[in-house]
Formats: sequence, C-alpha cells, structure tokens
Amino acid sequence: MADKEYDIIIVGSGAGGGMATYQLANAGLTVALVEAGGYYDPAADEQRTQLRNPWESPRRGASTRRRPFGDYNACIGGWDLDGEPYTQKGDTEFMWWRGRMLGGRTNHWGRISLRFGPLDFKRRDIDGLGENWPIGYEDVKPYYDKVDKLIGVFGSNEGLYNDPDGFFLPAPKPRLHELYYIDGARKLNVPVYPARKSMLTKRINDERGVCYYCGQCSRACSIHADFSSSTALIYPALRGGRVDLYTNSMVREVLTDARGKATGVSYINKEDKKECTLNGRIVVLAASACSSARILLNSKSAQHQNGLGNSSGHVGRYLHDSTGASRAAFLPELMNRDIYNEDGVGGMHVYTPWWLENAALDFPRGYHLEIGGGMGMPSYGFGFAANQYNDYLGKRVGGYGNGLRDDIRRFYGARLSIACRGESVPQYDNYCELDPTVVDEWGIPVLRFNYQWTDYEINQAKHMQDSMEALLEASGGILLGDKPGAERNYGLAKPGEIIHEVGTTRMGLDPKTSVTNEFGQLHDASNVFVVDAGTFVSQADKNPTWTILALSWRASDYIVEQMKQQNI
Amino acid sequence: MSERSETKHSVERRDVLKALMLAPVAGAVLASTGCTVAPEAGRQAITWTRLPTQYSYARTDVEKQRDAALFAETFFREHELVTIAVLCDIILPSDHENGGALAAGLPDFVEFMAKDRERYKLPLRGGIAWLDNYSLDNFGARFVEADNKQQLAICDAIAYPDVQDEALQPGIAFFSLMRNMTLTGYYTTELGFRDLGYVGNTPNIWDGVPDAVLARHGKSYDAEWLAKCVDQSRRNIKAEWDDEMNLIT
Ligand SMILES: Cc1cc2nc3c(=O)[nH]c(=O)nc-3n(C[C@H](O)[C@H](O)[C@H](O)COP(=O)(O)OP(=O)(O)OC[C@H]3O[C@@H](n4cnc5c(N)ncnc54)[C@H](O)[C@@H]3O)c2cc1C
Ligand code: SF4
Repeated sequence: MADKEYDIIIVGSGAGGGMATYQLANAGLTVALVEAGGYYDPAADEQRTQLRNPWESPRRGASTRRRPFGDYNACIGGWDLDGEPYTQKGDTEFMWWRGRMLGGRTNHWGRISLRFGPLDFKRRDIDGLGENWPIGYEDVKPYYDKVDKLIGVFGSNEGLYNDPDGFFLPAPKPRLHELYYIDGARKLNVPVYPARKSMLTKRINDERGVCYYCGQCSRACSIHADFSSSTALIYPALRGGRVDLYTNSMVREVLTDARGKATGVSYINKEDKKECTLNGRIVVLAASACSSARILLNSKSAQHQNGLGNSSGHVGRYLHDSTGASRAAFLPELMNRDIYNEDGVGGMHVYTPWWLENAALDFPRGYHLEIGGGMGMPSYGFGFAANQYNDYLGKRVGGYGNGLRDDIRRFYGARLSIACRGESVPQYDNYCELDPTVVDEWGIPVLRFNYQWTDYEINQAKHMQDSMEALLEASGGILLGDKPGAERNYGLAKPGEIIHEVGTTRMGLDPKTSVTNEFGQLHDASNVFVVDAGTFVSQADKNPTWTILALSWRASDYIVEQMKQQNI
Repeated sequence: MSERSETKHSVERRDVLKALMLAPVAGAVLASTGCTVAPEAGRQAITWTRLPTQYSYARTDVEKQRDAALFAETFFREHELVTIAVLCDIILPSDHENGGALAAGLPDFVEFMAKDRERYKLPLRGGIAWLDNYSLDNFGARFVEADNKQQLAICDAIAYPDVQDEALQPGIAFFSLMRNMTLTGYYTTELGFRDLGYVGNTPNIWDGVPDAVLARHGKSYDAEWLAKCVDQSRRNIKAEWDDEMNLIT
C-alpha cells in the first residue's frame, strides 16, 4: 500500500488516536491508523484475563517486569519495555509508563473520567502561575457532552462550578467501606459524591454490553462495557471500511517536503524489521504526550532543523504529571465481616473532588481523593503480614497453624485507603529531549527526562497527608504505617508515576511559546496535528483522558472543516 | 491464634504425613498426581499436590517463552524442597476440611516463585541453611531430621517478629517469608477460596450492601444518594437524556 495516499495518517491508537480515527473515518476520510503494538481484543479468549481465577496463573497474579500491575493486568508494556529504553538526566526520577497495544493505555486505565472545569483552563488568571489555555470551558463543553453520550460515563449532577455536570449514566451504590468513608467525610464537612467513571451501568448502544460488576476493568472487559479506545472507537471505525490498521508498526518520523509540509510517516515494521513509508495529506500524532514529542524531535529536516514543530524550542517542555500520595487504615468495625460479592465496578464508587480555596493555603493547586478498600479477590500478596493488625488488638503478631485461618477471615476486607491526585504547576525546566547517544533497538534516538518537583507540589503533598489522616480517622480507621515527612517529600509520588504526563507540545496563541494552536495544529506545519495530552497547557486536578477525548474530537471537526475549505 | 489449637494439630502432623503417603490428597484440585520425595534417613516420605507446569491465559510470546524457561529450570535441591514442604505443613496443616499447604501444592508454588523472582532465591536458600544450622546446633540434626517436638520448638523461636534476640533475626525473617508464601499460595487456590468463603469473580448485579449487613453496621443509604444510583431493573433500557442533562430512561 506504499503508493496509496491516505487523507489522514494517525499515529497511536490510545484515547486521542482512537477518537480521531472514529471521527475522521466517519466523516468519510480514508485513514491509516499506525500502532506500535499488536492487535488486542479482550473479548477473544486467547487475550482474556478477565474472570480468571488466581490459580490459572503460575504466579497467582503477581507482577513481573513485563506486567508491573500484575499478571492479569491488561497492559502489554509498562515501565520497562524490551528494546525501548529511556534515560534520566542528573537525579531526575521521572517514570514513563507506555502501552504497546491496540487501544494503548485505555485498555487498563482506571476509567476515572473527569471534565476539567472553567477555572482549570485559566489558572494563571487565578494564581499568576503557568499559562492560561487559549480556550475555555465553554469551547470544550459541547465536546464533553458528546463524549459522555458516545462513550458512556456514570456519575451524578451536583451543580459544582469547577466539577461540571454531564450526561451521566446512573452510579453504582457505595460499598460498605465507602459508607464508612462517606460518614467520616461528612463529619469533617468534606464533600463526597458518586465517582465519575466510564463503565456502562446502563445500555448505551447495541454493540457494547452492560456492566456485570466483576470489578476487573484493569483487566479489560470482554463484553466491552468499560471504555477502551479499541473496543468503543476503533472496532466500530474499522467496520466502516475506510480505516487501514497497521499494527506492530513503530513510527520513526514524520516526513516533510521542501516546503516543510508533511507528506507522510516512516515506520519500522516490527515483524520483519523493515523500514516503510506511508503517504498522507494530514498526519495526526496521538502516540501519547512524550512519544509524540519524541517523533517530532526525531523529524529533522532542512526546514525543521530542531525537529518538526519545534521552531520555538518548546517541544518536550512543560512536561508535567499529576501529583499523588496515598495512605491506608485498618477499620476495626469491619473485622469479621459478612462475606458477599461486593466486586462492583473496577475501583472506587465514591470520591471527593477538590473542596478548598487555594488562596488560603500555602500551595496553589488542588487535588481530589480516590477511595479504596473492600473484599477483593485473593491474588499474589494476599495473606502477607496476615495478622499484622493483631498489634492493635493487643494480640501477638506472627505464629503458625490453623489459627492463621481465623486471622485471615477476621481481617479480610477490614481496610480503607485513600489516594490523592493533584495538579502540579508546569515548569519550563521540566522537559524531555532526545538523548544524544542512546537509541532503541530500531536505532531511533530515545527520550531523556529532566524533572524536579517544586515546593508547590511538596507543600500540596504535606496537605494531602494531613487530609488523609483526618479522613481515615474520622471514618473509624487506625492509620497504618508512618506518616511520611519532609525527608520523604511527604510521600509525593515520583514524577510520571501517576501516569498523567501531559504538556510536551502545549497549545497557545503565540508560536514562540507554544507548539500548536488551540486545535492541536502545529504552528510550523499546517497539516500536522497533535491530539494527545501533549497539547495540555495545565493538567488540572482531574485525570486527563476525558479531556484528551474531547479535544481530539474538537480537532477532528476542525480538520474536516479545514479540508472542506481546502485550507489544508 | 490460640496456642491450644496449634499444639493439637501439630501433634497429629506425623500421622497426616503418613496418610498423605498412602493416598492421594483428598480435595486436591490443582493436579491429581502426588509428588513423593524419597524419605530421608529415618523419616516418612512427604507428599504434596503437584501443580500444573502448563498454563494458558493470554500471554504474549515473550511471556510464554519466559515461563517455559522457568518451568524447565530446577532451583531447589531435594533436601531444600522437603524442608519447604515440612515448614509449609507446619504453617498451614493438612488436618483441616479445606486442606492445608500440601494439598494446595505449596512446595511447587514456592519453587516457581523463587525462579520467577530472583530476589527470593537467596533469602529462601539461605533461610533453609540457617534453619539447618540452628537445628544442628540445638538438636544435632538438620531441621527435617529433627523430631516433631524439636521442629516445633524451633518454629516457636522464630515465628514471632516481636522477639528481640539478635541471633534469631535471620530465622524470624525467613519464617515470616515462608508464612507469607504459604498463606498467599494457599488462599489463591480453590481450597483457599473455600476456606475464606470468597464469592466474587463472577458476573452478577451489584445492588448495594445487603440490608442485614447494613443493619449490623448501623449504616444506611440515604434517599438523596440512592436517587443517583442505578435502577437495576432498567439497566438494559438504552440511556437517553433531556437537554438539561437529566437521564429520562
Ligand atoms: C494504570 C493506569 C491508570 C490510569 N487511570 C486513569 C484514569 O482513571 N483516568 C484518566 O483520565 N487517565 C488514566 N490513566 C491515563 C490514561 O491511560 C492516558 O491519559 C491515556 O491513555 C492517554 O491517551 P493517549 O492517546 O495520549 O495515549 P496512549 O493511551 O498511551 O496510547 C498511545 C499509543 O500510541 C502508540 N505509540 C507510541 N509511540 C508510537 C510510535 N512511535 N509509532 C506508533 N505508535 C506509537 C502506543 O503503542 C500506544 O498504543 C491511567 C493510565 C494507567 C497506565
Ligand atoms: S466491572 Fe463491569 S465494566 Fe468493568 S470489567 Fe467487569 S463487567 Fe466490564
């Protein structure tokens, strides 16, 4: 198909790429979707990990280097990929999670689906830090609305200004430990609401199933009741017949002509290691924020000597991740519980959005709280430190014999945990660049990361720890472990660890300080777009994916419009 | 756990081993053939359920190759494996309606995990050696060759992390690791599911905490919250909304 010219070449099949594929193919355009990983469908039994019992794995679900979140996690990829290294400058500790499969990281993401609010697009106006987005909530709202209806998200309309309402499916009822949290939070006047997540608690179309509450969305849903880019967007697009899917195809660079416009991409076919070319009128990058930046930086030409789209030197700059910290407690009131099936949907049913005013605090941006606990399925690690809570009951820890069975039963599901996810302040000095010497197994220069947290994030983490302690105790919990102090940055997760990395090709009005316009179109090449989280100006205290989806749809509409007007 | 129940079960342990040698383990689910390791001097043979060496569960090619390589490798020497078996059996005895560590195939599981996780190899091998040294010093015999009372005396010395005796710390660390492996290896089998009473991992309809449980914990769902939740009788009716974002189906 080397001589064929596609209307659109899309690189990467995650959230951004899946949405662009769906929209652009449905608009009648021919699309080549190029994905570095293999074909994946959790409905195929040979790829299904959902509903498997622990003993179907020789390691009982334990993690491995290739499955860092457990043997049944639906991620082909992780922190450490065979043949695809990345490097760190100085004492940078950036962690980079990559998915290599159709659908990218949307196969195993948490499905927490939060709209940004009006304040989130204009943070500079509020605290003078970072930059405003060139667009506001009103520009994105129509797309959030459409994404809600197309993909499905449960939640509740609460009329909160900066956590806007949506077209929600009904929420699943809270579990018992979540009722303890609700009561605890209310005691402290901390709000708590149904979570907002993209699992189908109600039918939305004839293609996808309705959730049957196995709690295993991170293993990918064989009835397609949770959102994955592949199951909800790419398969339907493929059925339309206008999309050619290239899997196991690693894009090296975007090819440009003498005028500096893109003509297509070159990629390595991982099966036969051959270098191939695809021709297209428009190239849409959706390889994830850092991978798209890498492709641009590697696309050097006479016209784009610093890499494509990089006349500003801003490609890779302003890389930022959400902040994170967590804490857990033992809930004595849940000892010796009645056992019943409370799997529910994967992860939490209730959450707390940011509820305070930053003006009164010593850090500028907020965070939300994610609640965990419950009677999960035993898998590797279950029974470790089986009776450690005996300490709190004045009984001895350790021992052996059949009495351990009673300990296991007594403490099963008697745990409550909180994870905080917050907004960091984007920094020019936090960035990824090409490593001058290291290449991957195909000879492509790899990324090198430069990243340090600032006091904004560290002070925020300190506040997170105090909030979590207060809430866990108000819920009846006995705190576990030590409270991390200044020496450990108050438990602040490493940059990248929360896996919400954004900002590397940020959008803006000024081509000197931004890489794309508000539609993800490169300032330097009008027929190249970025539709992943690279274009984010700031990441909000919300998880990024619902906004990636909305912005990718918005960019797709713009592409169709511009093509009609023959501007590109 | 109560001291009494431990002693009771432990005293019967030798008989159990004998029984295990004579008949396949009752209730063994993971494999049917028993593995018998030749008796060492003056001992009964010890038998456990063999775990499968082939699995099929959505692996990539490189993962399949790695697992096949792990299964082809042998890490523990026979004496080490027997020691693991005896220890696991003390930690979770077999004389229970839901079986114990041996019925759950623990020695095979520990062998696999040691190969899977390089970082377990040394603590396990070294821990067994420490145990034998300690046993030789105190009773003139390696752990598996010590008599039942002596074995339990050793376990009593190293089974509790609050013991401060410095000389015992390596043994305590090893025993904790073995207890972790034994419990995790047991509760991730069908026997363990039964023992726990686990009922999840199956398609169902979550419609909230059962009323009796709510009552027992003095909790309830408030009406305002419930109004936001799924009416499970309408889950299959396609979602539609009015322009004000209200679900109308
Ligand atoms: C465990 C986990 C939990 C998460 N939970 C949440 C959550 O609850 N809520 C939320 O909003 N977000 C969550 N996220 C983040 C979310 O997964 C990402 O924001 C989202 O998937 C990003 O979409 P994307 O399109 O930018 O890229 P990805 O989903 O990463 O997809 C990029 C694709 O591009 C391909 N690719 C990369 N380079 C190339 C190349 N050179 N050539 C060809 N193809 C290439 C990759 O193989 C990949 O398939 C979570 C992530 C993880 C890992
Ligand atoms: S909880 Fe529901 S959506 Fe998630 S995997 Fe199970 S059935 Fe699918």
